[in-house]
Parts: sequence; C-alpha cells; structure tokens
Amino acid sequence: MSVIRSLKMNFAVWIKWIFGKKRARIGIYGPPNAGKTTLANRIVRDWSGMETGGISHIPHETRRALRTDGVVINANGSTVELDIVDTPGMATKIDFREFMAYGLEEEEAKRRAKEATEGVIEAIKWLEDLDGILLVMDSTEDPYTQVNVTVVGNMEARKLPLLIVANKMDLPRAAPSRIKAAFPQHPLVTISALEGSNIDDLYVAIARHFG
Amino acid sequence: MDLISAERLESMSSMEKIRLILGKVKRGNIVVLELGLTPEEEVKLIEMTMTEIRLDEFSGIEIESYPVKNESTFINKILGKSGIKTRMTVIGPANQLRTVEKDKYQISTKVSVGD
Repeated sequence: MSVIRSLKMNFAVWIKWIFGKKRARIGIYGPPNAGKTTLANRIVRDWSGMETGGISHIPHETRRALRTDGVVINANGSTVELDIVDTPGMATKIDFREFMAYGLEEEEAKRRAKEATEGVIEAIKWLEDLDGILLVMDSTEDPYTQVNVTVVGNMEARKLPLLIVANKMDLPRAAPSRIKAAFPQHPLVTISALEGSNIDDLYVAIARHFG
Repeated sequence: MDLISAERLESMSSMEKIRLILGKVKRGNIVVLELGLTPEEEVKLIEMTMTEIRLDEFSGIEIESYPVKNESTFINKILGKSGIKTRMTVIGPANQLRTVEKDKYQISTKVSVGD
C-alpha cells in the first residue's frame, strides 16, 4: 500500500515539475483568538472576493476547519494557487466556565466547549494533509506558548515550510520582536489582519515560500 | 509530583508514554519528564487530552517545554535517524498547574494544591 502511495506522490511531483504548477494546500494555525479567521477572510476576500468564516471576541469561534480552494495569489512577479484551510484554535485545555465569563449561558458554554475539543482534534488531523503552514501569533501575547512550540516542532519534524505571521501590530502592546527572538530560525511577517497593514508583504512572502 | 527518568521514557513506546502521562495527570499528579516528548508525541498527547476532557471533571492539561533541538548530522541522515533532541517537559492538570512566565531560559509555574 505504501509503495502505491509513494508512486502516486512521485507522480504528483513529476507532474508539478513538468508543468511548473505552483499549487499548495496551506493551513492557518495558532492559538484561539490569534486572528486566524480574520486573516483567512482577508486573504480570500483580497484574491477571490469571498469570505470564509465568522469572527468573534469569544475564543474558539471557529470550531470546524474551513477550506477554500483555488485562491490565486499574484505577488512580486510570482503566482501561487492555494487551498487554504482555516483551522480551529489549538489548545491543551478547554473549560466551559471560561466561555461563561464572556456571557454565554451554561448550556451554550458546555456545547461550545465540547465542539472546541472536537475542533482541536480536527486541526491536528489536518497537519497530515498540508504542504505548509501560516502560524498566526498574537503580537501582544507571550510567544512561548506550548501551542506555538508544538506546531513549530511538528513542521520542523515534517520538514514542511512554515511562515510565522505576527498579527495585531495595530495594538499598542504589540511586540513582534519577541516572536522573532523566540523562533529566529523561521521567516516572520508582521501584519494587522484586521486593518490590512503590511498585508502585501505577507503575500510576497507567501508566494516566495509556498510557490 | 512524579519525575520520570530518561531511561524509563526511552524504553516506552509513544502510546505508552502518553497513557502514562494522561493517567497520572488525570489523578491530579504533576509529571516532569527528564527527556520530553517528540513534536509528534506532543501533538498526539494534545489530541488524546481532548478526547479525555469531561466538563466538570477534567478540563485538560498544562504542558510546558522548550523547542526541540535539531542536531541532525550527516551520519544520522545516512542511517535514517532523527536528529531531534527532546527537552525537559512539565505536564499537569490545567486546574492545578499554571505557567506564570516562560522565556528562552526559564519556565516559571504556579502549582495549586487541593483545587
């Protein structure tokens, strides 16, 4: 079975080499509330005019992976076609009482917590089917979270390209230099997905790394 | 608190390690691994943790480690061995272990007893 899979993979590589097709499936990862869906919406809206998912200040708003295929990005003379997977926020703990602090009723909070656990599992499963990752970090937060450490470690172990997106540069407490210091071995682009600041730099970096 | 030696960890399969850790943490223990988990094991631990979360009993884990070191050498590549060096890791129940501060050189945690 693995021989057949290996032959299929080699065939796909050859097709890509012969026709020069630059297509990649990338996942948008990060902890809850880092701005993953805001970024996914920004990318998809800029290049295809659509939206992917709803956003909220309550953590774990995205509890199912949202996939948008065939987003073509042209930047700096390079073109890349992406299948973008906006994944649920990764976490090691989920407590329904935290959702109640945002004003949700107990039943609603429990339902969201249950769905959030399933979302984390779904995000993990997607790691197997990606060509690269945009790891979104909140520039106002400590970058040494275990989610960041684990996602970076997995990409390095799988030898897949990783681009760190230091988001929320529009906020006064933003300190993307802390992220750069924590993960100096990986390329980093500082943006505000909400306001669109530096978003063109991100598109150039995406075309360079995933094209 | 349980400190688990590198020798014991090296003799265990990935799933045995994860089962051991989750079993101890669900009983309220804090586990310190002399040699941590590989990135693949960490992600598997998170996945298993999600399946074990019970609304009023177990809300998950707090896990802290440093990024793995990749020390792959030419010989390792020829032999097909991974050059990944795992590092000391602390894991505990989310309602008892809380990370206060973490930087490149130090992890500071707060442990609550009897929560």
